[in-house]
Amino acid sequence: MAHSKSVPRQIWRIVIHAIPTVLGIVVLNFLLLKLAPGDAADVIAAEAGSATEETMAALRRSMGLDLSVLEQLKTYLLNLVQLDLGHSPRYAMPVLDLIMQRLPGTLLLMGTALGVAILLGIALGAIMSSFAGRIPDRVLSILSLLFYSIPGFWIGLMLILLFSVKLGWLPSGGSGTIGSSLTGWDALIDKARYMILPALSLALFYVAIYARLTRAAMLEIRNQDYVRTARAKGLSPLRITLSHILRNALIPVTTMAGMHFGNMLGGAVVVETVFSWPGLGRLAFEAVMARDFNVLLGILLLSSLVVIVVNGLIDLLQARLDPRIGAK
Amino acid sequence: MPSDSTLHKALAKPAVRTQTAQPTPRPEWRHIHAPDARSATTAHLPRRQGFRELKLFLRNPNAIFGMVVLLTMALCALTAPLIFPRDPLAMVSRPFLWPGQDPAFPLGTDSMGRDVLAGLVHGARISLYVGLAATALGLGVGIIVGALAGYFGGLTDRILSRLIEIFQTLPSFVLVVVLVAIIGPNATTITVSIAIVTWPTVARLTRAEFRSLRENDFVIAARSLGFGHAHIIFREILPNALPPIIVTSSVMVAGAILMESALSFMGLGDPNVVSWGSMIGGGREMIRTAWYLTALPGLAIVVTVLALNLIGDGLNDALNPRFSEDRL
Repeated sequence: MAHSKSVPRQIWRIVIHAIPTVLGIVVLNFLLLKLAPGDAADVIAAEAGSATEETMAALRRSMGLDLSVLEQLKTYLLNLVQLDLGHSPRYAMPVLDLIMQRLPGTLLLMGTALGVAILLGIALGAIMSSFAGRIPDRVLSILSLLFYSIPGFWIGLMLILLFSVKLGWLPSGGSGTIGSSLTGWDALIDKARYMILPALSLALFYVAIYARLTRAAMLEIRNQDYVRTARAKGLSPLRITLSHILRNALIPVTTMAGMHFGNMLGGAVVVETVFSWPGLGRLAFEAVMARDFNVLLGILLLSSLVVIVVNGLIDLLQARLDPRIGAK
Repeated sequence: MPSDSTLHKALAKPAVRTQTAQPTPRPEWRHIHAPDARSATTAHLPRRQGFRELKLFLRNPNAIFGMVVLLTMALCALTAPLIFPRDPLAMVSRPFLWPGQDPAFPLGTDSMGRDVLAGLVHGARISLYVGLAATALGLGVGIIVGALAGYFGGLTDRILSRLIEIFQTLPSFVLVVVLVAIIGPNATTITVSIAIVTWPTVARLTRAEFRSLRENDFVIAARSLGFGHAHIIFREILPNALPPIIVTSSVMVAGAILMESALSFMGLGDPNVVSWGSMIGGGREMIRTAWYLTALPGLAIVVTVLALNLIGDGLNDALNPRFSEDRL
């Protein structure tokens, strides 16, 4: 592999490119925190139940809230460098710990949903493109447009209604049977049963997107010269579809998957509240309800960083799929 | 979350604009100044383009269906105070009437004895209002930022592109939740928040269009005639950049409606108006006993959003002829 040598350089380039974005997001986050009604002193006073003017002033001084905005930004940045996102009065623990506790749950849910969406989407798109203009294509087109129009939280509720309330096949919420002593394979099955409905409700919207993207990309690639060459060589249609058309059609799909990561996180917020899935989204919901802005903004900041990392990884993956991308 | 219209953007991007921008193939000998017979005879032809596209759009049964549904919804929204003059949040009958049980309330009543049909009709108001207003705002900001970045290039472009990238990296729905939670939920703040997360899509699209159009002959001609930047941007380039933006806008309305419904489902909607999302949120607890309370408002959302997406598809087919050819 000729291009594998340049991977460190590519990573370097991606990191350099990401730094201003990260800084911008951090500053924006700080401004939003300033915009939020009440400051940390108000929150502490409210938690304590009462506070005099003097204690408030003393609190503000001790937390540096009486300094100028620029000074405060400096302390905020310094704290961030030390991975200190502040303290959550509601949960009485550091925001970072709180988020880290919930992050794996969300990543697991999103990863599963994204995997399901990409697999199903590509399969549907491939079917649609090979029957382009005929009945299966039209039916699937309408179906994917329908998927594209259904709110994730509503389909979640409808799935609960069907599979949990009416049929009783699957659990309606949570991430595992409470107090179960299952181990090994059984525990995995148990987890999977709780995963099916939330992952499906989150994935449906993206299935539609990837199906349509794959269809459009495959239709376009089908007319390329190298496909004609492959056909002239006498390769079987299946081989052409899989290794010549589909491989190249993956490029727009992966680009989009990277761009959707952030949006999917937003979808996860709602789906997690529907299924009481213990993840970042549910934490965000609880933080909204408790007006816990430290937690809320911590989630926003950290999820943006996750998006940046994922986009960087996608860039690397694309250089693998299409050597032309990394070459310039 | 469905904020983005990346799907249509991806489909719309490779728009073929040869008919509008360059009506004739250029003569091979460029230094000749004599009037060219071919361009002289075709100079007045492109005027008819708009009609052809409108006709293409009107010949698409899906798009017509979408238009009819959307107009019905809009009519419901506009005449809601006439059909149901009573406050849709008022108690009118005994609670939990199933649909069809009482002819006075064809879609039944909810847990507080409120008329579900009145709620649905009134809910169309806020959904369509937020959808349209947020899209208009997002389009305005996005077009201006994208046009400036794409037209001027250089430092302006670099700064504005950074800004676009920052806003695209922030997970959109999480950002909306944070903004609404901080500023406080009402129809205006929800609209503004949704516009804040949707403008980057338009800006990127507009920027790409402007970059590809700004070196065109008609722009150079306008410049040499002494027109100012504002005239060139808005009167010369923008009309040619519009087709993909128009396609995106219908999907943006759909996305904004989905976001508004998700917000009010989570309890972050305007508390003083009835909305489809808040009806689902309210009916959710009763899903075992009265599932129609969840299903009906959800159907209203799906139908409206589907109509908008069908219109978006129709516009895409009409404005980007290449893909309609692929469709056969």
